[in-house]
Amino acid sequence: MAAVTGLEQPLVTAAPPATRPRAWRMLVFLLAGLYFLVPLGASLWYTIYTPTAGVSFAAYGELLTAEGFAGSLALSLGLGLATIVLVLLLTLPAMLAVRLFTPRLRPVMEVLCTLPLVVPPITFVAGLGTSLRAGADVLAPTPFWATLIAVQDPAFPIVLVLAYVVLVLPFVYRSLDAGLRTMDVRTLVEAARNLGASWPHVMFRVIIPNLRSALASASFLTLALVFGEFTVARLLGYQPFAVWIVTISGSRGQLSVAVSILSLLLIWLLLLAVSSAFGREKK
Amino acid sequence: MTTRSKGWLGALPLFAFYAFVFGVPLVALLVGAFTSQGRPTLENMRQSLQGGNLTSMAGSVQVSAVVALLGAVLGTFLAYAVVTSRFTALRQSVLTASGVLANFGGVPLAFFWVATLGNSGVVSGLLGLPSGALYTFWGLVVVYLYFSVPLMVLVMAPALDGLRPQWREAAAGNGATAWHYWRYVGLPVLTPALLGGVVLLFGSAFAAYATAAAMGAGTVVPLVTLKIANALTSDVLIGQENVALALSLNMIVIAGLVMAVYLPLQKRSTRWLR
Repeated sequence: MAAVTGLEQPLVTAAPPATRPRAWRMLVFLLAGLYFLVPLGASLWYTIYTPTAGVSFAAYGELLTAEGFAGSLALSLGLGLATIVLVLLLTLPAMLAVRLFTPRLRPVMEVLCTLPLVVPPITFVAGLGTSLRAGADVLAPTPFWATLIAVQDPAFPIVLVLAYVVLVLPFVYRSLDAGLRTMDVRTLVEAARNLGASWPHVMFRVIIPNLRSALASASFLTLALVFGEFTVARLLGYQPFAVWIVTISGSRGQLSVAVSILSLLLIWLLLLAVSSAFGREKK
Repeated sequence: MTTRSKGWLGALPLFAFYAFVFGVPLVALLVGAFTSQGRPTLENMRQSLQGGNLTSMAGSVQVSAVVALLGAVLGTFLAYAVVTSRFTALRQSVLTASGVLANFGGVPLAFFWVATLGNSGVVSGLLGLPSGALYTFWGLVVVYLYFSVPLMVLVMAPALDGLRPQWREAAAGNGATAWHYWRYVGLPVLTPALLGGVVLLFGSAFAAYATAAAMGAGTVVPLVTLKIANALTSDVLIGQENVALALSLNMIVIAGLVMAVYLPLQKRSTRWLR
């Protein structure tokens, strides 16, 4: 998995100083254009052209009817949504409470939320798999055993949601932290409380509307990451979207490349959504 | 209820979740790396540091180091070309594209390159590349650069934007040549961002598994991530799980050392670039 990073960088920066174009700059752009555009064009060509059938868009048509496509897509979407809900439910109250009542905990939380970046996903899943196996042995005589099995239900593996929450935690934390920095949480909350607002009221009518764009960008980042996630799902033996593409690639090369092009489009759309969410806030 | 306990109460679900879902697997990894059939041993660690396991770790470090250095140099040049360009539209589109491509890793990336330079790829036919060229060390480097260079552009663009024209004018006013300017002003200001970018690139290439797995590159280039995955999923290699855990521990140590360099640098790089 390539880390979902860099999205929090501002995409729009100050106007560049006017300079005359130089030869080296043209060369850099030419080489970069070649390197980045040729695979794009080649992949597109690969999906629409075969020496026997000529140019045809059949691969994209086949997609909808391909076995496992709808199921794995639905699973990935479901996992993405569940991950978004869970990660926001866990981090938002925690970050607010720490900001308002125990600022001393803030560095601790920052370190904890950044730590999953240091642990490569493959090593995390190695530990997770081991603890699931060990857990099954230890919990076998207790009622918790049924819980452990339910968590690993192949129809909707909750264990993947739990793992994904850990993987996206650094990005969600940074996104929400940036959002919370733009407002004076303490003053807002005290003002609302003094005016007689209840805690749920403060949460839903004061904090969340102010955090809308940070919440949106955290959600889109999570969705993008869950959608492309392969390592954890593959090693725990589930088949969401990314794993499905690899499964079909052996027999249907064109189809897998077609899906890859579509997922590049999807990432582009999600990123556009993130940057427009940030753009709205600045205005 | 005191305010302090309120703070703990709000943070408790997150900490409990964290300890359970992240802490327990890490402890399991640590314990597993140092036990074999329930008895404490250093055998797993010893095995993880010799033979094919050591080769795979060296392979991963080499690929990641080459990708990090090449990606940093190329990404910095591209970022500089973009930042100093007077075409706003070009600048916008390159930065947006970098944002997309930096996040375009994993499985789809592999298939892009298989379709392009794979054995039946579109471009490999035109270039007359030998079969299997994509599945070599340099093939893997070319593939990994596809997300590493854009990542470096995203790291360097704000830093290069922070180089104020006044500094250059001041240097020129004092008689400095372009070389002097870059040697004594530009590079020192950029160094933290550069090193931070190298570390980030190294870390993401080092942890990458999906791309290599989807390409099936493991046959030619030994990678520690592929080694761990094989040991964990294979039914043939009984007793290899704990060696896989030892390998994982080695990976975390290397990634941890690398990140330990990165995080303080990231803080320092923001000092000059405001």
